Amino acid sequence: MKRSNPVAVLVSGLGLCLLASGTAPLGAQEARVDGMQGNAGAGKQYYRRYCIGCHGKEGDGSGENAQWIDPRPRDFTIATFKCRSTPTGTLPTDADLFHAITRGFVTTNMPPWGPLTRQVRVDLVAYIKSFSPRWKTQGPGTPISIPAETPANMESILRGRELFQKMECWKCHGPAGHGDGPSASTLTDSKDNPIRPYNFSSGSRFKCGETNEDLYRIFMTGLDGTPMPSFADNIQPQDAWDLVHFLRTLQPLPTPEAAAWHAWLPAHAGELKPIGPDQGGQ
Amino acid sequence: MRTKHVASFALLALAASTIAAGPAPRAGSVSGTVTFTGTPPKMMKIDMAKEPSCEKQHPTPVMTESVVTGPGSTLANVVVYVSAGDQPGPAPSATVRYDQKGCEYIPHVAVMHVGQPLEIYNNDQTSHNIHPLAKANPEWNKSQPAGSPPIKATYDKPEFIAVKCNVHPWMHGYFAVLATAHFATSDGNGKFTIPDLPPGKYTLIAWHERFGTQTQEVTVGESEAKADFVFKALPY
Repeated sequence: MKRSNPVAVLVSGLGLCLLASGTAPLGAQEARVDGMQGNAGAGKQYYRRYCIGCHGKEGDGSGENAQWIDPRPRDFTIATFKCRSTPTGTLPTDADLFHAITRGFVTTNMPPWGPLTRQVRVDLVAYIKSFSPRWKTQGPGTPISIPAETPANMESILRGRELFQKMECWKCHGPAGHGDGPSASTLTDSKDNPIRPYNFSSGSRFKCGETNEDLYRIFMTGLDGTPMPSFADNIQPQDAWDLVHFLRTLQPLPTPEAAAWHAWLPAHAGELKPIGPDQGGQ
Repeated sequence: MRTKHVASFALLALAASTIAAGPAPRAGSVSGTVTFTGTPPKMMKIDMAKEPSCEKQHPTPVMTESVVTGPGSTLANVVVYVSAGDQPGPAPSATVRYDQKGCEYIPHVAVMHVGQPLEIYNNDQTSHNIHPLAKANPEWNKSQPAGSPPIKATYDKPEFIAVKCNVHPWMHGYFAVLATAHFATSDGNGKFTIPDLPPGKYTLIAWHERFGTQTQEVTVGESEAKADFVFKALPY
């Protein structure tokens, strides 16, 4: 067997190290979104400019502004994220984090960062991933598969209404989706801070998006770190669209689902069994 | 040359395993009592009025379980385990069962080996969500409506994980995930026994969800070794 010269190995190793340090600092994490590559070393400077005030130097959500903010800024060191395309308990994809930065979190202090260039946002994703060791030992989860949307007709909406009752969504979100269910006032997030369930009658965007597909993803993946669980084990993919269609009728928005519902309801209100333990909703 | 080495290694290993497979040393055990000094907090009555299907299962009100005491200042639900001195082994294949019944967790503390299969059952006529607030392990949160199959899970890292149900905020329990198969939980009289411990020196840790941990060295011979633990109780 050919023996390699230890001096040569050392020298070439050093050279590699130098080369690597020229492009990325040691231990740097990378991110990839739609073919664009992000670099934690580059992301760090943007983080220190745009994010550090709330999320803190160590990424633990204890920046100088954090004490004034409710809900509290995300703690990146535990790598638990609300808005994921991946199953509960798994890490989000780089694209999930990218979309969260881009979209911001409505009804919180986190603004949309769309004005930053795509490259800056992808670099930020890479840097955010450097705060938790979980990214070094685990890959992101496999995104849940979402079948093509079924027709948003009255049959679908009514099946969705039955799911809303059966899955006991009303326990927190209230019989009419006003966020006033019997458990609503007791909810806390995983850091024991009080948290409110989404009030559908507010008509606001969801924290994790605004499309029907975003809504599908929210209850099938759950919002980790919050009381909102994953229903992936209990709702079949083909049935999940029914729940999406019903939930849209609870919002004061000009959606096709709401239009179908309000056209149907006056003639059929008496046929509906009330939602909740005994008294009605809607 | 290389092959020869491997062969002699194999012979050596064979010899070693033959010796080990000889008459195994008689396994001893450690037992003891867990007590407390001071004043423990008062447990509160749980009002389950918001969940009638659970409330009617309890003729007398259920009490919170963060500190469960027994006669003679004994302490229940203390996990006693070997933290050093034993040989790491594979996870037991037996499934650990965790039940939700009458809007309570049974047992209050489920103890398991790292990697051991865990099954969580909903025996109630209501929907629960299982939300183990893991930190070293991934945190997940799954709904479990009435009549749905058990949720299967395993944990890869040792950790004491608080478990809660967000729908029923009084429900609190723990998963104790340990890197050892040698553990026991103190019963209603504060008594525990860790069986099947080969003779040797061990470090024991006793963990209580409110009062923290106590450590003790113990030497196990062929008879039963004793290890009592005393926790300092604080009223709040």
